[in-house]
Amino acid sequence: MTSRLTLKGITKRYPAVIANDGVSLEVAPGEIHAVLGENGAGKSTLMKVIYGAVRPDEGEILWNGQPVSVRNPHEARALGIAMVFQHFSLFDTLTAAENVWLGLDTSTTLAAVTQRIRAVAGEYGLDVDPLRPVHSLSVGERQRVEIVRALLTKPQLLILDEPTSVLTPQAVQKLFDTLRTLAAAGCSILYISHKLDEIRALCHKCTVLRGGRVTGEVDPRTETNASLSRRMIGAEPARLERHQPTLGDVALKVTGLRLPRLDQFGVTLEDIDLDVRAGEVVGIAGVSGNGQPELMAAISGEDTRAPAGSIALFGADIAAASPGVRRRAGLHFVPEERLGRGAVPTLSLAQNTLLTRTASIGRLGLLRLSAVVQLAAYLIRKYRVKAKGPDAAAKSLSGGNLQKFIMGRELDANPRLLVVSQPTWGVDVGAAADIRGEILRLRDEGAAILVVSEELDELFEITDRLVVMARGRMSPGVNTSLATVEQVGIWMSGLWPGAGPPPVAAPTIEHAEHADV
Amino acid sequence: MFRLEARPEPSRLMSVLSPVFAVAITLLVGVALFSILGKDPLDGLFVFFVEPVKTAYGLSELAVKATPLVLIALGLAVCFRSNIWNIGAEGQFILGAIFGGGVAIHATETSNKLVVVLILLAGMLGGMVWAGVVAVLRDRFHTSEILVSLMLVYVADMLLSYLVYGPWKDPNGYNFPQSITFASTTQIPKLIAGYRTDIGVLVALALVGVFWVFVFRTYAGFQLQVGGLAPAAARYAGFSARRAMWTALLVSGGMAGLAGALEVAGPLGQLTPYVPAGYGFAAIIVAFVGRLHPVGIVLSATLMSMFYIGGELAQSRLGLPKSVTGVFQGLLLFALLACDTLVTYRVRFTRTRAARAGAPLVGAEAVKSEGGTG
Repeated sequence: MTSRLTLKGITKRYPAVIANDGVSLEVAPGEIHAVLGENGAGKSTLMKVIYGAVRPDEGEILWNGQPVSVRNPHEARALGIAMVFQHFSLFDTLTAAENVWLGLDTSTTLAAVTQRIRAVAGEYGLDVDPLRPVHSLSVGERQRVEIVRALLTKPQLLILDEPTSVLTPQAVQKLFDTLRTLAAAGCSILYISHKLDEIRALCHKCTVLRGGRVTGEVDPRTETNASLSRRMIGAEPARLERHQPTLGDVALKVTGLRLPRLDQFGVTLEDIDLDVRAGEVVGIAGVSGNGQPELMAAISGEDTRAPAGSIALFGADIAAASPGVRRRAGLHFVPEERLGRGAVPTLSLAQNTLLTRTASIGRLGLLRLSAVVQLAAYLIRKYRVKAKGPDAAAKSLSGGNLQKFIMGRELDANPRLLVVSQPTWGVDVGAAADIRGEILRLRDEGAAILVVSEELDELFEITDRLVVMARGRMSPGVNTSLATVEQVGIWMSGLWPGAGPPPVAAPTIEHAEHADV
Repeated sequence: MFRLEARPEPSRLMSVLSPVFAVAITLLVGVALFSILGKDPLDGLFVFFVEPVKTAYGLSELAVKATPLVLIALGLAVCFRSNIWNIGAEGQFILGAIFGGGVAIHATETSNKLVVVLILLAGMLGGMVWAGVVAVLRDRFHTSEILVSLMLVYVADMLLSYLVYGPWKDPNGYNFPQSITFASTTQIPKLIAGYRTDIGVLVALALVGVFWVFVFRTYAGFQLQVGGLAPAAARYAGFSARRAMWTALLVSGGMAGLAGALEVAGPLGQLTPYVPAGYGFAAIIVAFVGRLHPVGIVLSATLMSMFYIGGELAQSRLGLPKSVTGVFQGLLLFALLACDTLVTYRVRFTRTRAARAGAPLVGAEAVKSEGGTG
């Protein structure tokens, strides 16, 4: 049988790096093919080559046995290649059907599109209501809209880029069912991920990339996490050492916090209660967009609207204090957006230390530049940040390296309470292990730590206690060692004991995620 | 057709050279302009770029005109770096002139020489009050500082007219709309006897140093810039956006006011309706051509000052309208914007539809699946 897609010796050079170095890959019809690699391994570039967004410098692409040159995504779609991106491109104010309609040519009517969405959704078990506005859909539902949109073009190859990073465990299972049905119908699937468990559960074949080269093509069903990981990063990540927590005083106490949302698409916080004690790591799980950013802003001081007495830091009310005041009291925060919030993109790493570190400010507010540069150089060395030096602009670093730098900047300040949002988002496996290790080390030194993450694996690995956020409310805490993925998954839909019925007026954020539990 | 495509990494060298290219383009267009108007382009360039610096008198005049431009542009650079768009420096300049002039009117020939200091402080206060109006409105009512500051220019102009046509009119001035000629004690001390250049030049140069330190070497300057570059990062760090807005507006207003006071107590010596000479607007161009850098501002202010003097000379020597100055200023700004755009973007010519239709299709599949989606 001719393979659906064959890549031969694809090479793509950028001024600084070789993103793909002689990459070959073969996908059979109806095959679910994983492309596994760390961030920066060349996965995205390779997909862009296939999808026509990037022209390779060398190499050949065969489509159903015929050599082709894909010059742009339009041509890729014409060939029968569809792609679902990690970041969705849907308009919040339009319905699902209207969003899909936008991408089609003008001769189709909205009614016909709605009909076809229903048909495709039924065929592949994709639970999508075409008439609901997108802003009322959960992330899982939005992803299904994107997949339906892709399927309407009757693709022979569907590319999915890190599709599970925004889903509850239950929604992941549902996605996998859909993908298996699709594959059984003959559609090939390229599945890009760095999650080893998922690849082993879903995929028939796996191409591993490291540093732009293929380091192996294996059958993931017969591999172990350790063997895949070795191919991906060249070594196994160090096992984290965990000690029993020695609990100290309450560092952060949030009591009955209510905070109306700032805009139409924000989330209103309702009666949030949360304690974080010195010496423990508390994790906040939840699907993105359930109030975590709003809570983080209220805790960090970027949003000072919290009612007096609702947030206390080491017993002192800080509800209205500025981030600077909180920082001086020992609260350091690492936001999820690195560029533009955790760091100023165009300023150097040295200058970026000044956002949260003020030791280099001398008399009359004059900066001691050499001290500023020294601090940045020290952080680069200590946290193994890959950067040209203290003068490198923040935006010149890869996402993972910038995260290491920002984490290092806050860790090095020896915070008494560290609040971290998405500590290892987009960070490669090795660096992620380093960051988690540093978080645990800080905990063992007696600091209180609050982590928000969408990766359940990560929360189970590093936290002592878990809470779940859904629709702006917070679940009771559960000891991590006693919690199960299934239980937390159900809680992520807002269904914890005593949660009460979901509010009727507000659109439910998560309404369909638990349908098949 | 063509489209603009972001360059992966804009060249740093080019972003420094961009103003140089802009000046070169302005010159080329200037040459073309002179030719079209039937003047010898060489004569024209000579009048604009050699004449003003040929004599000591010319150099002195150059400094007289460059001084207010430098002062105003320094303040504006701080403003623009913090992403506050004060385009009403002209109005703040007028208020500086009114406040400074108001003090000067009351001085007599026997006043203490230090009255000059008082005049300058009053001028700064005037500019700050006018910029403060913008700040209050933005702070309290979220008004656009661009509109408010611009509209206040015309209010300031009216206020000046009211004063010189009314309460401050010189009783012995043959009904001309002008104040009395200020007492000699209010005169800003001259730098060299016989020339119009006064110590305002030294004040401006000293402030260039002060602003350089403020922008690049102080925490407060850093905070302002972070607020301009990445507001979310400023919020994260805890830098107050309100304080940044107030600081930027008061600093730029104060500088424009200082320039206004130096102007009335220096070269003008009295208040007339002709105090506003467009320095406040020209300084916006000066600030950008100077790359919002204090030293760059000195260079671009000198250039802009040449345009002013060259325009006047072109009027008398070549019989060209004085508006040639404005044309050159506008040209320079446009050329700079174009150069800056090309530093960050490159032009890609896209094929026309006809050409694309003629290109070979990627394969037979293409027709089929496209038909399927249609």
